[in-house]
Amino acid sequence: MIRKLIEEPHSIWTEGEGQYSEIVLSSRVRLARNLAQFPFPLMQTEASANAVLERLDKVFANSKELKLYRMSEIPELERQALVEKHLISPEHVQKPENKGIIVNREGSISIMVNEEDHLRIQCFASGLELETLLAQADKIDDEIEKEVNYAYDEQYGYLTCCPTNLGTGMRVSVMMHLPGLVLTNQAGVIFSQLSKLGIAVRGLFGEGTDAHGNLFQISNQITLGQDEKEIIENISSVAKKLVSQEQAARNYLLNNAGPQVEDKARRAYGILTNAKLISSQEALGLISDLRLGKALGVINELDLKTINELYLLCQPGYLQVLAKGHLDPQARDIKRAEIIKEKLAKF
Amino acid sequence: MFCEECEKRPANVHITKIVNGHKVEKHLCEQCAKKQQDVVGFTLFPDFSFANFFSSMLDMDHISSRNNINQVKCDKCSMTYSQFAKLGRFGCDRCYDLFGNGLEQILKRIHGNVQHTGKIPKRAGKAIRFKNELERYKMELQKAVLNEEYEKAAELRDKIKELEKRKNNEWGGQNL
Ligand SMILES: [Zn+2]
Ligand SMILES: [Zn+2]
Repeated sequence: MIRKLIEEPHSIWTEGEGQYSEIVLSSRVRLARNLAQFPFPLMQTEASANAVLERLDKVFANSKELKLYRMSEIPELERQALVEKHLISPEHVQKPENKGIIVNREGSISIMVNEEDHLRIQCFASGLELETLLAQADKIDDEIEKEVNYAYDEQYGYLTCCPTNLGTGMRVSVMMHLPGLVLTNQAGVIFSQLSKLGIAVRGLFGEGTDAHGNLFQISNQITLGQDEKEIIENISSVAKKLVSQEQAARNYLLNNAGPQVEDKARRAYGILTNAKLISSQEALGLISDLRLGKALGVINELDLKTINELYLLCQPGYLQVLAKGHLDPQARDIKRAEIIKEKLAKF
Repeated sequence: MFCEECEKRPANVHITKIVNGHKVEKHLCEQCAKKQQDVVGFTLFPDFSFANFFSSMLDMDHISSRNNINQVKCDKCSMTYSQFAKLGRFGCDRCYDLFGNGLEQILKRIHGNVQHTGKIPKRAGKAIRFKNELERYKMELQKAVLNEEYEKAAELRDKIKELEKRKNNEWGGQNL
């Protein structure tokens, strides 16, 4: 089952469905939990890591939906593809002998075992969809708690390895495509204001100077002293504000630089369908141009889902999974150009 | 640690980025971090160095002024105080009892709050409610004894005995 999840050319965040899908790619709710009985992963030995994995294997033994895999049984490139599909964190590929992943078939639920905390329960959805995700994560949390004792304190709430996660242990994030804010030079101001409000913003891809592909993730920094509902409402309202700001910026661009926006998108299409070699950095930028053109209606032939999938297809890990082996950087650039062409040939 | 950019000022800003699926960390001083942001036009996850901040807060509390405290070690996870102060992370639930002095001040800075108000787990929450009840009865018992209300004290003693018995049955007598 996990093999299929790794190999299929899409992920929850590429579906192009749900609320505000032209701007919001996906939403995530993540709960950090620890079993009271064991030391946290930071201090765990291979034996105690194993004990946690075995304990959870038992908890999910009878589940029809969720199954535990040990990270050590997943080959290196495929682990990397799991990171690129956002099912696990980049940290989770380290020390695979101690770690596990519990997933469902659709990849809409992924529980990291022995990441920084024993459990990181994650639920994903396309578009902006936080309330449902909270309910879902909450239910999984209750099911697990029937079988284990959580580390919990009256004052500090759920005890986590790092005090930045104390309290609810909940991190809510929304992944957004914000080319309008970047092109109209508003992103810097808006993001620094958000950080003052306890909202973290980070670029999803990017080397040194900019977030390639204009994909950003916003998430809550405060986990203690606000309850789950408040946190969800807060992030939800910030996300909606960003959506309307981005929409306004896009309209401004369309009204004031329509031909340029269309030209940018068409040139991007031209390069993506003709290049022989393409780096991930260049591809991400072009995909963003294409996506903006599609959202503004200056390009009609593609759908959002296909464009979102291009973001995933460009990633080095996933690319090498498709190639069924390690590729040197130039071979990767050739392979990337090939599969992008192939994907766009349908239109 | 010095700033990677100017190599002059201390690096107290941590920038974490995901580059092609890999985590890349940059350690910069405030000035250089700000410059980078200006060039970029937006903030890339300005996650200030939590560990440094953490140990500096602990220093303020004069906890580590005593040398022998660095040798204190958690019997559940083997974390030592010096490890804890360096990493700014806890090794297990018991570490919170052992190293938790001064945590409130740190939480105020991170979260602006010191008290959890969210979800209470069913099982662990039950134990907490139970513990509160038991403690309340014990307090009342002391008061009753002080006030020489012997009848009331006897009643409370029975209640406590019953609760202790339930505690043994439900939680195997572990310390709640
Ligand atoms: Zn510097
Ligand atoms: Zn400990």
